[in-house]
Amino acid sequence: MTDSVNHATAASVLQRLTVHLRPVYWTRLRKTAEVGIKSIHAHGLRSLLTVLGIVIGVAAVISMLAVSEGASFEAQQQFRALGSNNIIVKSVKPASLEASGGSNMRPQAISYGLTYEDILTIQQTIPGISNVIPSRIIKKDVRHLGRDISTDVVGTTVDYPISRNYSLRSGRFFSADEMLAQRNVAVISDEVASALFPMTDPLGESIRIDGNYYNIVGVMEPEAYSNLGRSQAGSSNAAPTRIFIPLSAARYRFGETLVRQATSGVEMETVELHEAIIQVEDQTQVEAVGQIIEQILERRHRRVDYAVEVPLALIRQAEESALRDQIVAGAIAGISLLVGGIGIMNIMLASVTERTREIGIRRALGARKKDIVQQFLIEAVILSGVGGLIGVVIGILIPVIISLFWGMTTIVTITAPLLAFSISALIGVVFGIYPSIRAANMDPVEALRHA
Amino acid sequence: MDSLAPGLQPGSTTARTVSRQTVASVHDVTKTYFMGELAVQVLHGISIDFYQGDYISIMGPSGCGKSTLMNILGCLDQPTSGSYFLGDKDTSQMNDNELSAIRGARLGFIFQSYNLIPQLTVLENIELPLFYQGHPEQHSRRIATELAARVGLGDRLHHRPFELSGGQQQRVAIARALSNDPLIILADEPTGNLDSKSGAEILKLFDELHQQGKTLIMVTHSDELAERSQRQIRLRDGRVESDDRLS
Ligand SMILES: Nc1ncnc2c1ncn2[C@@H]1O[C@H](COP(=O)(O)OP(=O)(O)O)[C@@H](O)[C@H]1O
Ligand SMILES: [Mg+2]
Repeated sequence: MTDSVNHATAASVLQRLTVHLRPVYWTRLRKTAEVGIKSIHAHGLRSLLTVLGIVIGVAAVISMLAVSEGASFEAQQQFRALGSNNIIVKSVKPASLEASGGSNMRPQAISYGLTYEDILTIQQTIPGISNVIPSRIIKKDVRHLGRDISTDVVGTTVDYPISRNYSLRSGRFFSADEMLAQRNVAVISDEVASALFPMTDPLGESIRIDGNYYNIVGVMEPEAYSNLGRSQAGSSNAAPTRIFIPLSAARYRFGETLVRQATSGVEMETVELHEAIIQVEDQTQVEAVGQIIEQILERRHRRVDYAVEVPLALIRQAEESALRDQIVAGAIAGISLLVGGIGIMNIMLASVTERTREIGIRRALGARKKDIVQQFLIEAVILSGVGGLIGVVIGILIPVIISLFWGMTTIVTITAPLLAFSISALIGVVFGIYPSIRAANMDPVEALRHA
Repeated sequence: MDSLAPGLQPGSTTARTVSRQTVASVHDVTKTYFMGELAVQVLHGISIDFYQGDYISIMGPSGCGKSTLMNILGCLDQPTSGSYFLGDKDTSQMNDNELSAIRGARLGFIFQSYNLIPQLTVLENIELPLFYQGHPEQHSRRIATELAARVGLGDRLHHRPFELSGGQQQRVAIARALSNDPLIILADEPTGNLDSKSGAEILKLFDELHQQGKTLIMVTHSDELAERSQRQIRLRDGRVESDDRLS
């Protein structure tokens, strides 16, 4: 008999094992789990308090990651909309000018920002630039019949829609010929269209800006993100009400000097260009070109009255900040799961002591050490697993609530709850091992004598 | 035969007549407890043969080593020296796993304080030895149900121990001790916690088990209870003082 066992082939051993294991093993596991659930249930409140650490840890991690993921997604969407081959150079009113407004009432003449010279230099000295789209952005009141709206009038070139990936809802953008001829043609944004032409088709109609009439040739699609091309002319980022006219026409009609009534008196502000989109042929060169542009502008300007934005770098930054958030979330997870794990170990040790006699009985009735270890390990895993599950539910609910009440984009990825749950179950195993081994190593006689 | 629950199988007639088949034997067993420097010898060379169908009562003054001997017979503890054969197996060299296995397969325990598991129902308590033997669930359930009926608790299958009287709990413990069809049933002062009426019921069950040919070893203080057994062993200071077969 023993001989045949010794000489058994691997296959037959395996077969015997599987035959032996399959039904019995699962029944045993299920029954052990049932006992575990009963014991946990018997101490409902205590068990709940025990797993609170894990619940909070898991919920915190999932919701933190959801918020971070949402923010990162939103940022990346925005920057991607700016064009990943683009570099955006903007005029910025220097802080020194803002402050020196002073109390004297005489008219102030200030001048800052990008010049045609700047753009020309950039275009001529840096290789690999495929296109440059300069714009002037001026805030104006635009009228049609009885209606009017305050909007950004963007004087730009024909390539503007392509560079920003905007498309037209109807009509067309203005042409190169109209640009050359400084024609009074306008393309209006969807928001302007609905404000000035709530009932009628704006195409072919004309709008009035400062006493001049402009013929509407096109209407843009609504923009997904409102703060993209935020204007220098001080418009908020609420709704991008915009009108596009040829840059040549804008220069001819409005000049370069803006007179406006500031708190300190009349202010004359001269800005040649408010913004320029510089398109780079090769995406891998975008960041390098951005740095060269910085250097050129630094040389050409006495003060920092410009800003260079590289959407690709911003995308990368968004990714990096998401990674930082993930590391923070990971650290919080680590700490709270450690605390949760210690809680579970504590309660399991108490449970082992309380159930010393039960352990003795089970050992007397034929339970091996390994059966006792299994029983208490399963209990620890059930505890931490239930904690993890509650944590996952709360962790998924919190982002939903945040989105609902604060309007933030939150994204719960599949991996976050799965990972958090698995780790919490693992915590049960890790912190259940010591109490379980302690239970198994009790002397049966001593255990049976225990009160 | 096989379809009957083990505890219900009728004893062979040969067991009731004087068949001399040995089911267990201790030979020159000693037990010494070490408490730090101090060695306390509790058992001083005990040799007893136990035969199939024996109904044995072990008596002796408190502290003489009865429970110590029972623990060794129950494979819960091992002798310091000497040998203990249970069936054909020498237990003195067994490791913890083997001892667990043999307890589950060949021994039935009845304790003074019942020792049921409070979270489990009557049925689940009775099934427990079979659970650790890896019996299929339905098979265990059938045996446990039959045994519960056998000890008069057929209507309490799903009650928990705290819902039962002491006598009822001890009957559950007896059913549990029978579930794995053990070679020997060990009972250490089984009526010690019971009033005389419940105690009498338990002893009546023992009589029935004896009638069926079960091998029973019972520790008791009472001469009156010992009268019902068929063989009385008296211990004194860790030695066998007398070993009398009655009737
Ligand atoms: N684990 C132990 N350590 C030390 N001494 C023990 C231990 N177990 C029992 N004893 C001692 O052995 C003696 C016999 O105990 P026991 O077998 O329980 O007696 P009883 O015949 O009353 O059941 C007693 O003096 C007791 O104090
Ligand atoms: Mg005793």
